[in-house]
Amino acid sequence: MSTESVRIVWVYPDLLSTYGDRGNMLILAWRARMRGMPVETVEVRSDERLPDQGDIYLLGGGEDGPQALAAQRMTLDRGLHRALESGAALFAVCAGYQLVGSSFFAKGEMCAGLDLLDLSSDRGPTRAVGELAGTPAPDLGLPPITGFENHGGRTHLGAGVRPLARVTTGVGNDGASEGVWQGKIVGTYMHGPALARNPAIGDLLLSWATGSTMEPLDDAWPTRLRNERLAAVR
Amino acid sequence: MTSNTGPNKSLPLRAKVATSVSKTAAALSRAAGRGDGSVIGGWIGLKIDPDLLSHLAAGRRVALVSGTNGKTTTTRLTAAAMGVLGDVATNSLGANMPTGHTSALARAGHTPYAVLEVDEHYLDQVITATSPHVVALLNLSRDQLDRAKEVAMMASLWRDALRGRDTHVVANADDPMVVWAARVADSVTWVASGQRWHDDSWVCPECGAHIERVDGDWYCTGCDLRRPVPQWRLDGDAVVDPFGEHHLVTLQLPGRVNRANAATALAVAAQFGVRAADAVPRLGQVTSIAGRYATAVRDERTIRLLLAKNPAGWLEAFDMAEHVPTLLSINARDPDGLDTSWLYDVDFSPLHGRPVLITGDRAMDLAVRLEVNGVSFTHVTSFARALAAIPPGRLEVIANYTAFQDIRAELDRVN
Ligand SMILES: [Zn+2]
Repeated sequence: MSTESVRIVWVYPDLLSTYGDRGNMLILAWRARMRGMPVETVEVRSDERLPDQGDIYLLGGGEDGPQALAAQRMTLDRGLHRALESGAALFAVCAGYQLVGSSFFAKGEMCAGLDLLDLSSDRGPTRAVGELAGTPAPDLGLPPITGFENHGGRTHLGAGVRPLARVTTGVGNDGASEGVWQGKIVGTYMHGPALARNPAIGDLLLSWATGSTMEPLDDAWPTRLRNERLAAVR
Repeated sequence: MTSNTGPNKSLPLRAKVATSVSKTAAALSRAAGRGDGSVIGGWIGLKIDPDLLSHLAAGRRVALVSGTNGKTTTTRLTAAAMGVLGDVATNSLGANMPTGHTSALARAGHTPYAVLEVDEHYLDQVITATSPHVVALLNLSRDQLDRAKEVAMMASLWRDALRGRDTHVVANADDPMVVWAARVADSVTWVASGQRWHDDSWVCPECGAHIERVDGDWYCTGCDLRRPVPQWRLDGDAVVDPFGEHHLVTLQLPGRVNRANAATALAVAAQFGVRAADAVPRLGQVTSIAGRYATAVRDERTIRLLLAKNPAGWLEAFDMAEHVPTLLSINARDPDGLDTSWLYDVDFSPLHGRPVLITGDRAMDLAVRLEVNGVSFTHVTSFARALAAIPPGRLEVIANYTAFQDIRAELDRVN
């Protein structure tokens, strides 16, 4: 972590931003500030250099064209790669999640991903739209995940990575597993403001970034929201 | 059965039957209390004669109005302005797909003019069916991602719909997506309608480069797409016409957004020969539209209803709403879209300092959003409880589609 504050970097909001992706940045910043931690949020456009000094990087969703463009620019830029090598955390959603793998399918062809994790994505037979819920990997110490998914992709995890959760409702990666977790990287098909319903994932990212455990916050409203959404799919 | 007069004499027999049955079905639907009949009649009519919309539009001079936001209001304002010339058929209840257009034209009987609100997705089809004299394009922004086409995709569909047509386009110069779609048309009138929502047009639809915005102007950094010089613009409360003449527009509808809608209405009507000075007084007579902006009084509370269906609409509603207690209501039923993620695209901080109440099916999503936004609020489980929670006086209600309809029903479908 940089000495003064937690630096949150939203990567290419001009390309990778669909519904509510800004939410993850807002929620992380809010949860840090509520604990008295200074926060700096940075939005880096695709025609700018990616800083490599960030603590938490965010990749959002996007359509095929922008997704492919984002992959090319990040591969040339290398800023995110350097940041992760020096210990930064990454939270990647939807199209951004697919980008962390070796390849993804966009505009009718396979495109090279950032190759950060051992996974690859292609097109599924149907579009997955609706509530997504699952039981997280036990090692993560997280409560059940809940989100909304809206994607046509399917993601295949390699031997070197673990899923974020086992699916109980929805599709996620393939109907069985959802998302990925490896080192300080979390990827998920829970689109948009996934941290609104999963503040514990936000705290996990903050604890990775700061190296310290997060004391609890008054999460009465997020808890009510979680309970309502989890009850709706039960 | 209603007798037919006017242009129906010249309709093909099949179209006559279809029109007649369509009207009857609409009347029956209304009589049975099953909605206002604005869709069912057209649906049945089109089953009998698939070309009914073309037959009904033939012989009328037609204007179409489309866009993500403001099309119902702009259609109403345009119809009011066109009223200077004579009778105008219009789908004023917001039934904006071909079935609704068919019903509206069948119900109106013979009119020399028609002004139709068109759902963005149906523009091409309705242009083909009605050969409009003018098409007005207001704006394009994200609406319901889990089912609607992407913004750039929609702009591309519009572009294809307009290319090579013998129709005049009136378009918003401030929305890059609209400009890109409209500039393929043979003749365009540009209106500076404003764009409160920028987040769907940072990337050029022509070349993919960044779109730069400076003091209301905008341009692509990679190609020749840039803001055209508008012929119509706003100056405070006035609409300025292409000759530089100022027309003071006094509306009963709130906000700058509606003055911009009025400017578009005047620009469309001008293409039919209506002088702005003649139309302006008629615009001032337009009050609420299908409950939008309607005011009702209950238990000494004066309640005004504002509909906000998407992020751009919410920003506009905050601009219109007075600094008084405000109830926000959110649902996520089919007509609203099932996904509430858009809440994070809206900055709710303009509500700071107002007493804010929240309700609706998805009030908890809103609660978390407002907490992160630093806006304090009170959750209430019903509209009645919201009224009880505020002192006598004003209440602004801002709600998305089905939440709006729920509250409107509580107020006896106020209009
Ligand atoms: Zn360009």
